[in-house]
Amino acid sequence: MDISEIQGYASFFMTIFLVIMLYGYIIHLYRSEKRGERDYEKYGNIALDDEITSKPVEDKPASQRYKEENK
Amino acid sequence: MQSNAALEYDYSLAKKFTFLTILFGFLGMLVGTIIAAQLAFPELNYLLGEYGTFSRLRPIHTNTVIFGFTVSGVFATWFYFGQRVLKVSIAESRFLMVLGNIQFWLYFLGALAATVSLLLGISASKEYAQYEWPFDIVVVLVWVLWGINMMGLIGIRREKALYISVWYYLACFLGIAMLYLFNNMEIPTYFTSGGLGNPLHSVSMYAGTNDALVQWWYGHNAVAFGFTVPIVGMIYYFLPKESGQAIYSYKLSLLSFWGLMFVYLWAGSHHLLWSTVPDWMQTMGSAFSVVLILPSWGSAINMLLTMKGEWNQLTENPLIKFMVLASTFYMLSTIEGPIQAIKSVNAIAHFTDWIPGHVHDGVLGWVAFMIMASIFHMAPRMFKKELYSKKLMEAQFWLQTTAVVLYFTSMWIAGITQGMMWRAVDEYGNLMYSFIDTVTVLHPYYTIRALSGVMYLTGFIMFAYNIYKTMVAGKELSQEPQFRTPMA
Repeated sequence: MDISEIQGYASFFMTIFLVIMLYGYIIHLYRSEKRGERDYEKYGNIALDDEITSKPVEDKPASQRYKEENK
Repeated sequence: MQSNAALEYDYSLAKKFTFLTILFGFLGMLVGTIIAAQLAFPELNYLLGEYGTFSRLRPIHTNTVIFGFTVSGVFATWFYFGQRVLKVSIAESRFLMVLGNIQFWLYFLGALAATVSLLLGISASKEYAQYEWPFDIVVVLVWVLWGINMMGLIGIRREKALYISVWYYLACFLGIAMLYLFNNMEIPTYFTSGGLGNPLHSVSMYAGTNDALVQWWYGHNAVAFGFTVPIVGMIYYFLPKESGQAIYSYKLSLLSFWGLMFVYLWAGSHHLLWSTVPDWMQTMGSAFSVVLILPSWGSAINMLLTMKGEWNQLTENPLIKFMVLASTFYMLSTIEGPIQAIKSVNAIAHFTDWIPGHVHDGVLGWVAFMIMASIFHMAPRMFKKELYSKKLMEAQFWLQTTAVVLYFTSMWIAGITQGMMWRAVDEYGNLMYSFIDTVTVLHPYYTIRALSGVMYLTGFIMFAYNIYKTMVAGKELSQEPQFRTPMA
């Protein structure tokens, strides 16, 4: 097997891997919303309500939020 | 971060980059129109000696519209909406303000010097990467400064969730950084040969097929991360903000983002179909180009559905018209590209005028429309004045839309005619036409293209005039408009 053949196989398997990751991401988005863990659509308001004095849609970093929710 | 009771967004950097966007847009489009006219009327090549030839001017056109107009537009919009969606003023950090100003001046002077270098014939001879090594270093410095500024602003933000447009701008930063560095790996010959030749000259670190592959991995992804990713980011902010409607589906925007990131980087080899690169790589380029329709249309449909129930705004607000037409051209361009990347279609389309036709329905209809719409939206907020003339905007819209349609239709016909004539053989298998036969047939289409260039440039001058008059003669606004941009 020469190098270009190895590259071809590597590209093929990487594609499969990335497709699985991408579909996994779709499932993750919908499942976490269904379970009530996240509300992705609220982030759309960041553009609409963007005055410097507006209340942030999220005022804590995700890591901190996660810690508080799992206390 | 300082605490300040009367905190305001600081638009000084956004304004500076807006001026550059207009300046470079005018220059780039002017040169583009000149070279389009030269293709139709070759005697125009000899007006300014060596400085006015097609070969000198063409890199100036491409580099000025990419690295001048579009990149300034990206910087201007970042320094505007970046603050707003992160809910932090850049003026809260003196460091970021100073850094932004250094970025501006380095970029402005570097871009001017690089343009002059191209006029003098100093070129690395790689498409869209013609700047020689000293200018590449300036480009890298400017880009790093922007990166630090962007990360810095993200670091001091109040809004902890990153809006989708910020994701796109981050991808633009990372993507261009990676592409530019790898494709411009070059060796300055003067320093490695013990002082021979011109100190500005360099040779690429890659050779032959490898050079072509790296070049088109870069070339195609410069389109991806320069002409697509930040412009999608732009429309995801400016369309909802102008229309007062949140993005139709935020989840779809996230999914399209990752889809685009995943697919785009693999499609570049479609520029090398029927060449010496490995066959599997050509097939991969074709396949990924077709798959690319999904994330591209995912974003475009999401933009159009954002207007759901609010289509009356299309007739009432010319700014919405600009943005909706931009996303429509995005759809057209992203279905056309994959069609051209199919191997059998590419056998006809390769090297023909259909390719610049495709590029220009994307850049004129999508990129430039969106950048102009963003500036129209930003101007009243930056200058605290009403937009000078709605009528002028309407006239500009129709003039430029007609220009884009004339451009791509003439190039479709020219390209397919060219491709068919090059391949036509008689009953004995001999080629039926010589190259000059095709040139003669294409003359009317080249003339139409030059005319469309004049029309588009005229529209751009109307745009620049409208913004200038807004600054100096627009009606004062007592408060910043929340959604719809006020115009006289």
